[in-house]
Amino acid sequence: MKKTLLEIKDLKVNVEEKEIIKGLNLQIHEGEIHIIMGPNGSGKSTLAYTLMGHPKYEISDGEIIFEDELINDLRADERAKKGIFLSFQYPEEIPGVTVEEFLRTAKTSVTGKYQGIMAFKKLLKEKMEELEMDEEYATRYLNQGFSGGEKKKNEILQMSILDPKLAILDETDSGLDVDAIRIVAEGVKRVHDKDKSILVITHYNKLLDYLNPDYVHILLDGKIVKTGGMELAEEIDKRGYEHIRAKYSVH
Amino acid sequence: MERKKTYIEDIDRGIYDIKNEFTYKYKSDKGLTPKIIMEISREKDEPKWMTDFRLKSLKIYNSKPLPTWGADLSGLDIDNIVTYVRPDASMASSWDEVPEDIKKTFEALGIPQAEREALAGVGAQYDSEVVYHNVKEELIEQGVIYTDMETALKEYEDIVREHFMKLIPPHDHKFAALHGAVWSGGSFVYVPEGVQVDIPLQSYFRLNAPGAGQFEHTLIIVEKGASLHFIEGCSAPLYRVTNLHAGCVELYVREDAKLRYSTIENWSRNMYNLNTKRAVVDKNGTIEWVSGSFGSKVTMLYPMSILRGEGARSEFTGITFASSGQYLDTGTKVLHAAPNTTSSINSKSISKNGGYAFYRGLLKVAPNAYGCKSTVSCESLMLDNESVSDTVPVIELHNDDIDIGHEAKIGRISDEAIFYLMSRGIDEEEAKAMIVRGFVEPITKELPLEYAVELNNLINIELEGSIG
Repeated sequence: MKKTLLEIKDLKVNVEEKEIIKGLNLQIHEGEIHIIMGPNGSGKSTLAYTLMGHPKYEISDGEIIFEDELINDLRADERAKKGIFLSFQYPEEIPGVTVEEFLRTAKTSVTGKYQGIMAFKKLLKEKMEELEMDEEYATRYLNQGFSGGEKKKNEILQMSILDPKLAILDETDSGLDVDAIRIVAEGVKRVHDKDKSILVITHYNKLLDYLNPDYVHILLDGKIVKTGGMELAEEIDKRGYEHIRAKYSVH
Repeated sequence: MERKKTYIEDIDRGIYDIKNEFTYKYKSDKGLTPKIIMEISREKDEPKWMTDFRLKSLKIYNSKPLPTWGADLSGLDIDNIVTYVRPDASMASSWDEVPEDIKKTFEALGIPQAEREALAGVGAQYDSEVVYHNVKEELIEQGVIYTDMETALKEYEDIVREHFMKLIPPHDHKFAALHGAVWSGGSFVYVPEGVQVDIPLQSYFRLNAPGAGQFEHTLIIVEKGASLHFIEGCSAPLYRVTNLHAGCVELYVREDAKLRYSTIENWSRNMYNLNTKRAVVDKNGTIEWVSGSFGSKVTMLYPMSILRGEGARSEFTGITFASSGQYLDTGTKVLHAAPNTTSSINSKSISKNGGYAFYRGLLKVAPNAYGCKSTVSCESLMLDNESVSDTVPVIELHNDDIDIGHEAKIGRISDEAIFYLMSRGIDEEEAKAMIVRGFVEPITKELPLEYAVELNNLINIELEGSIG
């Protein structure tokens, strides 16, 4: 039996006084790939932000345990240092800060080790080549003027540089064309191959064709209502969320 | 849920509130008198026309009211202006009296002791001659004149007389008149026709003259087809026991010439910085302003470009950083007085801990100035909810063959952007610093490397709230 990496117990989350996550349970072991699927408004992004520690998302009840430690009250930067990574659905644009400068600072911070300029340049170049990104991106301002697809690739680049234990991908597949999906999926696989855990949060199942998930969960109205394998994703794909809602909804 | 939060604290400048028990020579005289002015002129051994000019300016000064728009100047002891002009010789302060935080900032910026003392106005003359020896040789060979204003008045009297306070006449406003009456120190640069000065000239090394950095006068003339980059001031905090600064900068850019004039000013926070800067640009000439305003209690500063020759060009890049207890009223003015002139204005301001950053700009196009182009962009970033930003960009057009673009953005630092950076392991303080550094990057990239590094250090010091 593999070690438990993340355990979520009876989690309830409020956003601006409104309860969005209403008692969610989830356990992720080392090296596993989990997919959480759900329609718009089911609480997918809320879960992603809560796991990363966004101050706007208030935990009213329950526990988030990462490597046997309660992390409910940790700040985002502390969680990042523990090895949690979130690939954002809508990455922020930071004018005036280059991708390279930002990532070298982040890597130094996450590892606690100074990153030499030349060694880091080499690492960055290597990772960018893997993602078929032009070298020129290193000197561009973070996400500024990037297309939707470029932003998502940039998130995956950050993931592969920071090398987290748990990568949460929030709708990383949305807005990507077929080639970009393949490149992103390969990037995720490379991280997974190092026995890292992946939590994919998605509306569609585009990424699923490339990844081989251990579990597929269905999120409805702030709760996981069903857990299964690939067959669940296929069912959603064929019959839609309305069918799923009728079949699994607790109401 | 409780959450730890980092608040950016201000640098403790409370030390400035210590009252200095100084006496002043002319305390019995209310206000400035012709006698004082004549004495200043005599001490400097000036020609009669300059003495007369000072006396004329004094009259204008005494007849003009304080400006009522803009910043609150009630903290200035205007009835006793003489104390700003002629402090007692015994107040020539010592290094021991320089506030501790200023000393720490020098340390943080890595400034050598000799320079620190000069910057704090208590030097031991800092020997700039050695540093500039080689530079000077080269400049002399090219016929470039670079000297202090007192020397210029003696050795290049005709040039000075033709240009001195012609762009900023004493009638302009009360503090221009005061400047005309009591000016002292400053730089004089003359670049002959066709000469390209390759290295930037820095007045930084000239801050040793008594009174420099208070009523100093800068006069720069760049002749036809010549070019120069002049850098005034530095990022180290300037400490003066007197707290009024009313300098003047006059820049003459001739046909096809190019002048870049960069300043970073960082005044101690007791200072009223009421500086006037103006450039006139002839046919196809270019003036580029790079202006950084830090520190001071009150700043009112609006560098002006007068584009009087066809095809003349002006570019303004400015950054203002206002923190607790500071009211920084800055901007720029451009007068398009000839056809096909172009201007661009790029201003950024940051305010934090209740600081007040005000952009005030004027863009004026004369009736005959057809085919002009101008773009104006002002952006303000407020780092918290107590801080205030405002913009008043006035545009006045007197013909309709003009191409103008205008953009103004006022925003608070984005919580989402901070969270994004924090999610990559960067702590809140560094995330904010990174966003602020990025915000001012368009300005730092206009500066020579060592100044860019200093500007970034300065921003870090302003943001960190602790020094070192």
